[in-house]
Amino acid sequence: MSDKQKHSDEHTGVDTTGHVWDGIRELDNPLPRWWLWVFYATIAFAAVYWVLMPAWPGISSYTHGVRNHSDRAAVQQELARLKAARRADAARLTSASLEQIERDPALQAYALAAGASTFGDNCATCHGAGGAGGKGYPNLRDDAWLWGHGTLEDIEHTIRVGIRSDHPQTRQSQMPAFGRDGLLNGNQIVDLTQYVVALSGRQANRGSVARAAPLFAEQCASCHGAAGKGNPDLGAPDLTDGDWLYGSSPDAISSQIANGRGGVMPTWEGRLDDETIKAMAVYIHANSDGR
Amino acid sequence: MTVVIDRISQSSPRSGPVPSPTGSPSGPGAAGGGAPPPLYKKRVPIYPKLVHGPWRMLKWAVLVTLLGLYYVIPWIRWDRPGDLPDQAAMVDFAHGRFYFFGLQLWAQEVYYVTGLMIMAALGLFLVSSLFGRLWCGYTCPQTVWTDLYIAVERLFEGDRNARMKLDRSPTSFDKLWRKGGKHAVWLLIALATGGAWSLYFADAPTLWRDFWSGRAEITAYLSVGILTFTTYVFAGHMREQVCTYMCPWPRIQGAMLDAHSLQVTYRYDRGEPRGPHKKGDTWEGRGDCIDCNACVVACPMGIDIRKGSQLECINCTLCIDACNEIMDKVGRLRGLIGFDTDAAVSCRSKGQPASYRFLRGRTAYYAIALFVVGTVMLTGLITRSTVDLSVMRDRNPTYVRLKDGSIRNGYTLRISNKSATTRTLQIGFSGPADARVDAVGVEDGGPLTLTVAPDKVRTMRVFVTAPAASQSTHSQPAIFTLTDPVSRDVDRVHSVYLGPGEETP
Repeated sequence: MSDKQKHSDEHTGVDTTGHVWDGIRELDNPLPRWWLWVFYATIAFAAVYWVLMPAWPGISSYTHGVRNHSDRAAVQQELARLKAARRADAARLTSASLEQIERDPALQAYALAAGASTFGDNCATCHGAGGAGGKGYPNLRDDAWLWGHGTLEDIEHTIRVGIRSDHPQTRQSQMPAFGRDGLLNGNQIVDLTQYVVALSGRQANRGSVARAAPLFAEQCASCHGAAGKGNPDLGAPDLTDGDWLYGSSPDAISSQIANGRGGVMPTWEGRLDDETIKAMAVYIHANSDGR
Repeated sequence: MTVVIDRISQSSPRSGPVPSPTGSPSGPGAAGGGAPPPLYKKRVPIYPKLVHGPWRMLKWAVLVTLLGLYYVIPWIRWDRPGDLPDQAAMVDFAHGRFYFFGLQLWAQEVYYVTGLMIMAALGLFLVSSLFGRLWCGYTCPQTVWTDLYIAVERLFEGDRNARMKLDRSPTSFDKLWRKGGKHAVWLLIALATGGAWSLYFADAPTLWRDFWSGRAEITAYLSVGILTFTTYVFAGHMREQVCTYMCPWPRIQGAMLDAHSLQVTYRYDRGEPRGPHKKGDTWEGRGDCIDCNACVVACPMGIDIRKGSQLECINCTLCIDACNEIMDKVGRLRGLIGFDTDAAVSCRSKGQPASYRFLRGRTAYYAIALFVVGTVMLTGLITRSTVDLSVMRDRNPTYVRLKDGSIRNGYTLRISNKSATTRTLQIGFSGPADARVDAVGVEDGGPLTLTVAPDKVRTMRVFVTAPAASQSTHSQPAIFTLTDPVSRDVDRVHSVYLGPGEETP
């Protein structure tokens, strides 16, 4: 690459460094003197920085610098300031009713933002990040509600007391395990399954449906209603719609009749403060059918 | 590239000493053969001599105009309604707004600024390929402030010869007050420069009051301090060093220029062979250049333009005035140094008539690109809506199946009112057949309207529900419109409505 022979550029008369890249030579012009001063200035800056700011690592600690600066502490201070600034909005959430929150654009925006972040922290584990649920975990986005009618108050109440939780006023109901506990025999469960399939408007075995009609009236109608429309006060699902907590297939329905599963949702009263629960109710309401 | 350096020295050895140009070709390599070149080079002080002439007048006029605009614009008031600032030109970082007289841009409209910068760049390319480095010589802040600083220097220390003599003289009271006065005025100008800059980012009269009473924000003092420092150092002490060593533009500019670009040119066809001329001597058999060095001593970059166009030359045209003064004195035609092209000079030196080509590939490309971008920008600005709608589709879940089998999509609408009045805006929707549109906080079936205060943004959650029968495909177009029934401003956003499609039961 380099040629030992001294070479000067013909246009400028300046020596080249001797390096050639694809025929291109590098002029060996001296740097301006001030460039060196700038370099010294950066060294001086570093020395000053070491004194003022955290700089050198030690065995168990580091040099803190005379300003005792800490980004971590600064972030914590910033967060504390933010919390104090939000206290006013949070206080308004406490005093306003759920409807007032939803009608006031500013309060609504605040509640939605706060609700979204607490939902992500506390609810998404079971109900999913978007609230669409999964098998055994209700979808909070649709218009089917197991408990209550999806009003703001209903949602807030469910968050507060939970379902089959240890809260004294918890929403409580228990579907019997008809198969496991021997309340019904296998054929009866098969017939009942066909009856439930027919309830939701699907093709079913006519004979089974006919045989199961008195069985349904006797065993199921007390909670699910004579027409199978369910009872939101008891958490009894509507069996005529397209929404199935444990699956819509005959196998899934039969398994639910046999085992009578009922999920548990913890109570959030005491774990989250009032305004957070309110914000979450507004958030869930706004993202469901909003009735 | 057509940047030809030193066409003259081979044909005619220079007579008379020429001050070593800073950072210029005649570097250390040329001086010594054996000793290795020094690693660092001291700056050679430059003492530009004052010239008189039309170019110098033009430069003064441009200087006064540009500095006048810079210092005065923040003080121009412009009445705006409500809490909006009453300042004609202002960048409001805290609220994400940019004001320029009747125009108000929001932070998300920063593409107008981007477009302006693209236009500025294309304009610079076009001007450079046509007229050379006019930007550098006339309008670059570095040039303008340096010119002003040199004028102040001249005021205190006199012209070139007096300044050189003063610098060589021992310390005295006379030297001290001249130097001290110069630096004091320089610092005042620097402070005014930094101060005026900060006025573009806050209400000028308020900041002015707060600044002097010590109540302004620390960032204001910091930015004024930094700009005061850089102005003082760059215009007072660094000068041509900034252009030669720090600025990338001279290098880039080499790609803009060609042999047909007008630039400050020494017409060697007329000037050579040069040499001293005594009054009464004949002009036969020699060039018009009398080697008086007037062009060299006038040059603020410290170069010799007779070596041809070179990296350091900022096209300030002062050497043209300097040479014309001399040509008048010796009774030769003006324009030995003039605005000319390399191609024309080369033609003349071969005895051919000079030809000028302004319409060239590059000038045409730049002009067309500038025109296209300008038209797009202007159209955008004229048809700019004062209402703005943005639609964010829910992605998780992509859709929700309701009890009756219908499919619902959720959208978050952000509605901006960029006008100065409160407006009641209507939201329209067109999408899947039989779709129902609901919004959170709006009565069922009620019209989708909302009131937005001036200069504010509101968010609205909207649900679109379409029956199972409408689910013909996975994805259907969904168009939201935002209409102001008063001004008839409309913004339309194309989104999509997603569903399970036909094949799912």
